Amino acid sequence: MIKREWIYGWLLLLPAMVFLFAFTHIPAITTLINSFYSTPRGRRPAKFLGVDNYERMLADPVFWKVLWNNLWFAIGTIPVSVGLAILMALWVNDRLAGRGFVRMAYFTPTVLPLIAVANIWLFFYTPGFGLFDQITGFLFGWSASNYLGNPETALNAVIVVTVWKEAGFFMIFYLAALQAIPVSLKEAAQIEGAGRWIIFWRITFPLLMPTTLFVSVNAVINSFRLVDHIFILTDGGPDNASSLLLFYIYETAFRFWETGYAATLTVALLVLLSLLAIGQFFFFDRKVHYK
Amino acid sequence: MLKSSFLKAVAATALTVSTWASAHAVDLQFYFPVAVGGSAAETIQELTAEYVAQNPDVNIDAVYAGSYQDTVAKAITASRGGNPPQLSVILSVDMFTLIDEDLIVSFDDYLTSEEDKEWLNGFYQAFMENSQTDGKTYGIPFQRSTPVLYWNKEAFKEAGLDPDVAPATWDEMVEFGKKLTKKDDSGNVTQWGVRIPSSGFPYWLFQGLAIENGVILANSEGNQTNFDDPKAVEALQYLVDLSTKYEVMAPGIIEWGATPKAFFEGQTAMMWTSTGNLTNVRDNAPFEFGVAMLPEKVQRGAPTGGGNFYLFKGGSDEQNQAAVDFVKWITAPEQSAKWTMATGYVAPRPETWETETMKQYVEGFPAVLVARDQLQYAKAELSTYQNQRVTGIFNDALAAAITGTKTPEEALKEAQQQADAILTEYR
Repeated sequence: MIKREWIYGWLLLLPAMVFLFAFTHIPAITTLINSFYSTPRGRRPAKFLGVDNYERMLADPVFWKVLWNNLWFAIGTIPVSVGLAILMALWVNDRLAGRGFVRMAYFTPTVLPLIAVANIWLFFYTPGFGLFDQITGFLFGWSASNYLGNPETALNAVIVVTVWKEAGFFMIFYLAALQAIPVSLKEAAQIEGAGRWIIFWRITFPLLMPTTLFVSVNAVINSFRLVDHIFILTDGGPDNASSLLLFYIYETAFRFWETGYAATLTVALLVLLSLLAIGQFFFFDRKVHYK
Repeated sequence: MLKSSFLKAVAATALTVSTWASAHAVDLQFYFPVAVGGSAAETIQELTAEYVAQNPDVNIDAVYAGSYQDTVAKAITASRGGNPPQLSVILSVDMFTLIDEDLIVSFDDYLTSEEDKEWLNGFYQAFMENSQTDGKTYGIPFQRSTPVLYWNKEAFKEAGLDPDVAPATWDEMVEFGKKLTKKDDSGNVTQWGVRIPSSGFPYWLFQGLAIENGVILANSEGNQTNFDDPKAVEALQYLVDLSTKYEVMAPGIIEWGATPKAFFEGQTAMMWTSTGNLTNVRDNAPFEFGVAMLPEKVQRGAPTGGGNFYLFKGGSDEQNQAAVDFVKWITAPEQSAKWTMATGYVAPRPETWETETMKQYVEGFPAVLVARDQLQYAKAELSTYQNQRVTGIFNDALAAAITGTKTPEEALKEAQQQADAILTEYR
């Protein structure tokens, strides 16, 4: 009898396991193996290189540049989009005229595909006759800008698009969480004479912590995962100023066809993401659940 | 009685089967990219359908495969998976990459007769430079282009220039550019003199400058680059000076896609871009415009660009022969004329320009001749082994110089070192 339950258990796990292995674990292991070999070409089969690819990676200035860019991208997108999400959620959680419309407006960027979003923003940023230049030129008489074509501003321009795209998505989670907070807590605090800020900081914000954990895990993953708009906006340029790690991996693998080296870069990305996930769950998690 | 009618039925069936089999004797799969607007995809589909209708023993499946980048990625992955197309249009500069991956065969084995060799010589030499290596032909020119200079005649008139004369030299381009650059009262530029787009693949137009200054960026074996040649450095310095020293071009990286629009909006009085935009400009420019060859420094010059037909490994002899016949047909004058008129690509064979259809077209729109006439000065496009990677390094260097993070000399020297590191194993 016990034996049969054991079989049922495995049978129930099987479908999910098959897909996990086929699309996650086996590719990850193959990537790890490939990262020690040279790129096979039609005329020259792959040969074992040991850690040569890794040495090359550590000596590759572009790798360090995209890693650094990725750090700025994360710092630039995560706090701002999470902060904005909370603000927007608080705003549309209140009773206000046209609430449905505002909610929809905030959520619209999430529904649009990132490629479409990037094309819209490409027009906003276009020097001379783009939306931003028309506005700043009309209001302040500023000269034409070139946000995407300047290494100092290209990454920031990409960050702005990402924040715009992500904040609405995170807002939905906060909105759900806000509605789950019992009104009685707020009323009790008001009777005690607490102001709006105290209520938010002492009651609402701590109760939103599980959501914040969830959202920030997602935001961290997204900061490594969202590169679609880079293809449209800057193509990683100028001189890799707006290139991110995943974009560089794609470029190496499918534009340069250096799959061996791309596997090495992928291993670096995997290690980085695992470290972040472990860090977030083990250290952050303890501070969250105290209900 | 019964027996004989049974036999007849068998014979009839056998006959039907055999004609059916011969009707589908050869199946070909053919990938093509679309890189310009307009009706490129429909035109290819139409031409293919026409060929199949005329040749019932061949069946061609023409597959639209996205951009050039997508198409080469798709063709390589399909080949690695053991399911290659027999024929594909891919960038001419990807030739060495495809040879290195051992995915293509040369056309020579299927072009053996004298007549065939004559046919091969019937293409513009400038287009063949990126199609042949080691005395073998791996690519047949099909959708090929070259950059030209477009200018706004009204803006020229306003600036006191002769509206029918385009700048012929680098110095003239600067001189004209200075007259054409307009500022408003607060000192903001409202119209630039010239626009040479540099986003994504700045190397393409930069090659124009390099060739004009007398340097070819890579050898014909595809294993040696000349990025740090003093003449290349000088050409890059000129490009940088256009926006920093002479102030006739907008600073920073300039977007490709927005370039025709900027021209229509009067943001720039001249632009360098592909002939592939000719039809677009004709249809949308709200002013009279002219088309000219790129200006010269020590000589006229321009790169070529665009896609070739490649023959993939893995097909049977019969399939390859059928593919070659199809290529011959689609590059023949009538078909080629149709293709050129639909897209703006330069017809790759002189004989196409002699057809009545083309002559009529040219009469109504003489600007199309500029690209053709420029071909005599055109040189091979930058193409090496591991082409995308080497070109990528070069693009980064150009971008660094254009945005001022490195000097032209510094940037090109570094690019040359990196390219050398990659290419030594092919020497």
